[in-house]
Amino acid sequence: MKEIILIKNGELALKGLNRSTFEDILIKNIRKRIKPLGEFEYRKEQSTVSVVPMDEYIDMDEVSDRISRVFGIAAYSRALQVEKDMDVILEQAPIYLADQLKDAKTFKVEGKRSDKKFPLKSPELSAQVGGAILSKFPHLKVDVRNPDILVTIEIREKFAFIRGNQTKGAGGMPTGTAGKASILISGGIDSPVAAYMMAKRGLVLNAIHFASPPYTSPQSEEKVHNLLRKVSKYSGNICLLTVGFTEIQEEIRDKCPEELFTLIMRRFMMRIAQRIAENEDSKALITGESLGQVASQTLNALACTDAVVGMPVFRPLIGLDKDEIIKVSRKIDTFNISIEPYEDCCTVFTPKHPKTKPQISIIETAEQALDVEGLIDRALNNVTINNICF
Amino acid sequence: MGAKNVNVYLDNSATTKPCENSVIKALQMMNENFGNPSSLHACGFSAKKELDNARRVVSSFLGCEQNELYFTPSGTVANNTAIFGTEKARRRDGKKVVVSLLEHPSVLKCFETLEDMGYEVVYLKPDSSGKINLDELSNAVDGNTIFVSIMAVNNEVGSIQDISKIKGIIKDCKSKAYFHCDAVQGFGKLTIKPKKLGIDLMSMSAHKIHGIKGAGALFVSNNVRILPYVVGGGQENGLISGTESIPAICAFGEAVKDIGNVEKNLHNVQVVKDYFINKISTLDKVYVNSPEDALPYIINISVEGVPSQVMLNSLSSMGIYVSAGSACAKGHRSNVLTAMGVSPKSIDSAIRISLSKFTTENDMEMLYNGIIETINRVRR
Repeated sequence: MKEIILIKNGELALKGLNRSTFEDILIKNIRKRIKPLGEFEYRKEQSTVSVVPMDEYIDMDEVSDRISRVFGIAAYSRALQVEKDMDVILEQAPIYLADQLKDAKTFKVEGKRSDKKFPLKSPELSAQVGGAILSKFPHLKVDVRNPDILVTIEIREKFAFIRGNQTKGAGGMPTGTAGKASILISGGIDSPVAAYMMAKRGLVLNAIHFASPPYTSPQSEEKVHNLLRKVSKYSGNICLLTVGFTEIQEEIRDKCPEELFTLIMRRFMMRIAQRIAENEDSKALITGESLGQVASQTLNALACTDAVVGMPVFRPLIGLDKDEIIKVSRKIDTFNISIEPYEDCCTVFTPKHPKTKPQISIIETAEQALDVEGLIDRALNNVTINNICF
Repeated sequence: MGAKNVNVYLDNSATTKPCENSVIKALQMMNENFGNPSSLHACGFSAKKELDNARRVVSSFLGCEQNELYFTPSGTVANNTAIFGTEKARRRDGKKVVVSLLEHPSVLKCFETLEDMGYEVVYLKPDSSGKINLDELSNAVDGNTIFVSIMAVNNEVGSIQDISKIKGIIKDCKSKAYFHCDAVQGFGKLTIKPKKLGIDLMSMSAHKIHGIKGAGALFVSNNVRILPYVVGGGQENGLISGTESIPAICAFGEAVKDIGNVEKNLHNVQVVKDYFINKISTLDKVYVNSPEDALPYIINISVEGVPSQVMLNSLSSMGIYVSAGSACAKGHRSNVLTAMGVSPKSIDSAIRISLSKFTTENDMEMLYNGIIETINRVRR
């Protein structure tokens, strides 16, 4: 007798002949996430993956918590694996599901028998287990249409499985099934949310952060590490490349009109990010921009920054309001880190009256005062790499 | 700390580097003498003896009785014990308390709690030299006052209060208020003998004087009575329950032994400070916020045009470590500098340089060069 976890794939079922590959990637992702907790066996059956602990002392609460953050899982449930013996099933079902049943008002038992040699047929199986539960929890009523708790008893080839309601999974597509992209991360509220949302669609992430010491502190870099650590609980490991950005910011400050500072800076960030992405085999950039949120995120401003990029730029937050973004950031537990008060490179030298309707031609003229290629090359030679894992 | 070719530590008011004897003692206590001083077997008794030794050393340095010295886990716990312990013992004697606005948060926050509990709290504002006006104190104290808390040396600017006069003023006002002095920044740097100065309760911390973190002390005069607010196993004569951090307390004893001559140290540090002040006095838009007669161990300056955090980061990248205002007040504009009439612009570029008896003119030279380098880079 032991507890296992049953996992229901999400959209995977739709992917036709690719399904098996997608499923293998999902199992690989689950394995990576829970391997530190002990030895497990993985079984693929129909559209279900069973995770079976091979060691008595594994913390199944932690296993289920980690699995709840793996993308590509529509729903999962914890189940008790028992002998195919009716006495054992009738004894264990009310005990194992006691936590769920004691707070419920209604329930239903669904018997499933894939082993046709099992002496009881499915309706009899359901009736007997229902009776056993009612005798332990007399306050319950049976509701076959819309029960609070759906108790499922499955009789398979080797074992019987007892489970209650299933839990919604993280959804999305398994990480790694969509390729790789690079997130530009600042330390604010938005970029970790953008990272999470794109990882959910199956992307492997690497992250690019711009640091401007002494204007930004080591604490603000540490903050980015902490944010990515939270995101990596969903996305898996993230390689963080931190680019020394001070010289570029000082040059823009000294040589370009103040009101264009942020836009020119963002164009540099995009250029550098693209170079890094190309080196890292990343096929797109991701930013946390939301239309109109600040001066550099107006339509005109975004057109100016996109003009220097030759690969897709994903902006998953573009149509979200701040409160919608905050809601996700609370869910993925990055909000409280994001609001720590350390300067990041986006707040250094910010102009008092930034341009909201910039013209590309004016920006391009302003950039002529700078040795753009030289600055980018030097920045690319000043990159530190950290591997962030949860 | 980053691996840099220089390593100039000028944040000694936040914490100091433990002296060698402190470290040796702490290690010895952990390796060889790890017993619980409350245990009745030989292992416990041996730890108890070491605890008593440390108490003998520190109390004799203060010129007080051993039973007047209570070890605490930190300066903060010492302050909290003094304040809430008095409140508990004297709540029927009056409903008024007096505190200076110069105090550390571990004192001021306690008074905010007293305010919530219904006490009338009188806050004394410092003048432009960072000192409390003693006439104001005299106006504030009356027969209903049970507690006065005024620190010896301010942690942000180093201003020194005339604590020798305070008990006299309290008596002249026909008040029986206890006088508590937070001496965390002054202890070991100025001669402060609590009994001579009329101090009833005095807080200290070991790691500010080259001890290790995890030990502080509260002097409680035999003339006053306070009650514990942390209860449990009854350690420290019932006043501060909780197993004593023996390694830190014994290291505290060693650190006190190593202080040497307080007045001579003071003179040497003054020379180093003057050297630095002379150098920066030639710089444009650099202002000294510390009053002239401040404790020389603490120098607060403003370099206008360079935000505090930027100066701190820049110096840190060179291996020079200072603090932005007070380390305990991250992200807030300093109340003390505001009360002293320093402009918001200056406050935003204020840094606190805090010296130890080991700081040299050469250290200050490096700091000076670092400041110049930062100014040239950042100021526009």
